[in-house]
Amino acid sequence: MARIIVVTSGKGGVGKTTTSAAIAMGLAKRGHKTAVIDFDVGLRNLDLIMGCERRVVYDFVNVINGEATLNQALIRDKNCNQLYILPASQTRDKDALSQEGVGRILDELKKDFKYIVCDSPAGIERGAFLAMYYADDAFIVTNPEVSSVRDSDRMLGILSSKSRRAEHNEEPIKEYLLLTRYSPERVKLGEMLSVDDVQEILSLHLLGVIPESKSVLNASNSGTPVILDEKSDAGQAYADVIARYLGEDRPHRFIDEKKGLFGKLFGSK
Amino acid sequence: MLELTQFLTSLTQRMPTDSQHSNYHPPALEFKSTTFSVPVLVLANNDIVIIEHQLQEKIQLAPEFFKHSPVVIDLQELNKQDLNIEISELVNMLRSLDFLPIGIRGATTQQLKKALELAIPAHTGQNQAPLTTDNTKPQPVKPTPVAEPSPSTASTTLIAQPIRSGQRIYAHGDLIVLAQVSAGAEILAEGNIHVYGSLRGRALAGVQGNIEARIFCSDLQAELISIAGTYKISEDLTETVRNRPVQICLQNNTLTIKDL
Repeated sequence: MARIIVVTSGKGGVGKTTTSAAIAMGLAKRGHKTAVIDFDVGLRNLDLIMGCERRVVYDFVNVINGEATLNQALIRDKNCNQLYILPASQTRDKDALSQEGVGRILDELKKDFKYIVCDSPAGIERGAFLAMYYADDAFIVTNPEVSSVRDSDRMLGILSSKSRRAEHNEEPIKEYLLLTRYSPERVKLGEMLSVDDVQEILSLHLLGVIPESKSVLNASNSGTPVILDEKSDAGQAYADVIARYLGEDRPHRFIDEKKGLFGKLFGSK
Repeated sequence: MLELTQFLTSLTQRMPTDSQHSNYHPPALEFKSTTFSVPVLVLANNDIVIIEHQLQEKIQLAPEFFKHSPVVIDLQELNKQDLNIEISELVNMLRSLDFLPIGIRGATTQQLKKALELAIPAHTGQNQAPLTTDNTKPQPVKPTPVAEPSPSTASTTLIAQPIRSGQRIYAHGDLIVLAQVSAGAEILAEGNIHVYGSLRGRALAGVQGNIEARIFCSDLQAELISIAGTYKISEDLTETVRNRPVQICLQNNTLTIKDL
């Protein structure tokens, strides 16, 4: 049975698209046929992060309007043949998405794909609403700071009251927390909320902590999802996220401060 | 107020399901189950003139609010006391005051029949009035306020999920929340409020004026607490009560916070 995953946050700039690209690639690399959809109509970015911006012909809105078939619009990833990207339209706005149209396309994708990752735009308006409406699982991307945490809390409220599952009194959307741009050093200095602080407010199942990392920016600039950078801490953290999502038990890394050279030598804290 | 879910659900179940016809049309309609809040007119007196008079007084307080307002007639109290009322007179009077009666409950079989003749459906799910005759005397009782729901009909609302920022919960009776109430969330109850997780949002008990209502919580971090309109904001909470299990009640028109 196909599962629809929404990657959402409420707040902008927290790492939704980076996360969508990483988890879609991670699932595909594990052999699951995966599609990733950019719901940010008018401000499309996913194609850049996935490195397929030069191969976009048709987009999500074209398919909704019946101007292209799904197969024409889906772009096969060049790194992994199990991964397909459905880009957003850059010349339209969110009103071009209809609830019925989105539902129709997701239904069509469900026949062929194991996982469908919906990259939500920021905010709680139409684009974000439609990205989460049909979801089975939600990855809540949160930065360790108060405004991001509150926006995530708001989004969780919307998931539990406005989604299709909520409207039909079905089993609620499974919600997972992904704490991104985490810096143990700054947590120690009191400049950032700790994992426990965030958990106290959101009380969600923690799927992973992604450390603040230069590798994320490098990956975005080069158009390769950071999960493919297996040497980087962020790439490894996303690989752990995928493993945990698929039911494997992995201890959390990257929550504690990195030990410096002296720390490593002398085993001090 | 009355929940209409049941009514709509039963309607959906009665839909026929033959859709296998040769030429396909996309569905032009769909039945959905929704919950509405509708004012319930609980009658405590069977004198149409008195009812009309008191209703007019209510309308004068908020003419726009009541104009074309749907209303469900509740005869449970009347029938408990074995007081009959002429349904057609009542409905005509309500319509003349610009109310739109959309249902009846707590009625006797006879009353239901008359209501149906006037195209007013019955609402089940609430306990029907007993048809047995009690020993109560059939005379007009003391004129009590009309449009106020009696506390005995209000039930307890239980919520086990966290109430997130931006969510708003309204309970017609008591409200029990087993999880946290996030900052930016709002919970309101006509009765008492119990919160067994952290209370970080706004909690308003006794919102219809019940000064006996109380708020109980296991961890007070609220943005605002209120009982029957008397409130305190987060800034007014002293450190001695913050992050502690407390109960909040009204004493001499002052919000009092006590350790639990």
